[in-house]
Amino acid sequence: MTMLKIENLHATVGDTEILRGLSLEIGAGEVHAIMGPNGAGKSTLAYVLGGRPGYEVTAGSVTFDGEDMLALDPHERAAAGLFLGFQYPVEIPGVSNVQFLREALNSQRAARGEEPLTGGEFLKLAKEKAGLLRMDMEMLKRAVNVGFSGGEKKRAEMVHMGILDPKLAVLDETDSGLDIDALKVVGEGINAIMRAPGKAVLLITHYQRLLDYVQPDKVHILSKGRIVKSGGPELAIELEREGYEAAVAA
Amino acid sequence: MSLGTLPTTRDEQWRYADPAALETLAPADLDAWRAVTLAPGETRTKDLILGDAHAGIHRVRLDVGAGARAEIFAVLSGQAYTRLEVEVTLHDGAHFELGGVTIGGGAATREIVTRVNHAEPGATSNQVVRAVHWGSATGNFLGRIAVARHAQKTDAAQSFKGLLLERGASANAKPELEIFADDVKCAHGAAVGQMDEAARFYMASRGLPPEAARALLVRAFVADAFAAHGKPDALLEAALSPLEARA
Repeated sequence: MTMLKIENLHATVGDTEILRGLSLEIGAGEVHAIMGPNGAGKSTLAYVLGGRPGYEVTAGSVTFDGEDMLALDPHERAAAGLFLGFQYPVEIPGVSNVQFLREALNSQRAARGEEPLTGGEFLKLAKEKAGLLRMDMEMLKRAVNVGFSGGEKKRAEMVHMGILDPKLAVLDETDSGLDIDALKVVGEGINAIMRAPGKAVLLITHYQRLLDYVQPDKVHILSKGRIVKSGGPELAIELEREGYEAAVAA
Repeated sequence: MSLGTLPTTRDEQWRYADPAALETLAPADLDAWRAVTLAPGETRTKDLILGDAHAGIHRVRLDVGAGARAEIFAVLSGQAYTRLEVEVTLHDGAHFELGGVTIGGGAATREIVTRVNHAEPGATSNQVVRAVHWGSATGNFLGRIAVARHAQKTDAAQSFKGLLLERGASANAKPELEIFADDVKCAHGAAVGQMDEAARFYMASRGLPPEAARALLVRAFVADAFAAHGKPDALLEAALSPLEARA
């Protein structure tokens, strides 16, 4: 079953067209990786899928679980099951992770017609997911991303993902800023949270190294706003060896 | 200001006030100082919630005895011109704490005006004011700190931040330092900005609707003003209720 279907997507930021006819289909249960050089449009794709203001879709369609995703506001996309992992997670002084995530989760649940979690239920869930990412609960009591190192921010993103339990995760360079040990923890976290028949992952990355831990079913090369080549996991290895230019030309 | 003369916006201490509101003042409004004296070593805290029922001018004069501690926490949220003026004299080693929030929309001006006299050595003061406005409302903080010639080891801090939720709202800060001693610390900072778009999108991407995200951000913003308060919940609720009424 198709979970995400992107057809001929064109998007502009300001006056510049960044996505130029991007098409992609991700089935339930699959992990796809998008790789590409700087400026190819990788982060723009993530933001367009998340609905960031200022990223304007000028043509094409995005269907998520059969629904027109572009018609939804960002928070509605989240409630529908989308999770966007940020390349640069945002610091929110004065708002604790626990407070933020509990409100976010209960907002999502309310939008889906589900009962809110109580404080106790939420803390139990948060503790479990923090444990999965080997993050101290004390960190979650601190303000969102404030004073976190680059690696801690990325691990916190994965704790957010674990707690919110999305159907589709779009992870924008979640591997950047991670040392080798943290990369392994994050990779295992993604597998534990998102490897399930009804879920799917789109990994956006520069490097092959995260893919050692999270094996993709398909790898796509993004260049100048379009998918120019798709293949299996071996494509990532080829890219790493030969570079983007050679791989695109081949 | 002499008795019988009404202020205008040409007066420094009234420069951001609402001129129309000033015209309706009577001299009696201006002379209504509430004088409070704190005995040496005493601690006193006053929470002031100046909502719709408490518009107009409120003037408090504090004389804080040696080693005493005076705290004022205030929310100015009325729909008409509201001004809180606090004049403080600090004796040896005394402390003055002010946490103030002006919040609201409409066309009203809400302002906090302080004059803290560090009259004797070793006194400290800390003033934190946050302004959150929308519509064509204005929030002001005019804070004067005077340090007397012999008031060494004075430590005075002032922080003002304004958050404007809509174009058309404004916030003004006017810190004034008069320092006649040489061994003192006086810090002040002022910044006015808008809601952080990156934070709003980040929160939306986690599932928070815009109103809920805004409420969380504003709560965190105004909470700074009540950081020194042991039980800030009632003040926070009072500060945030105009925002909820707006949504």
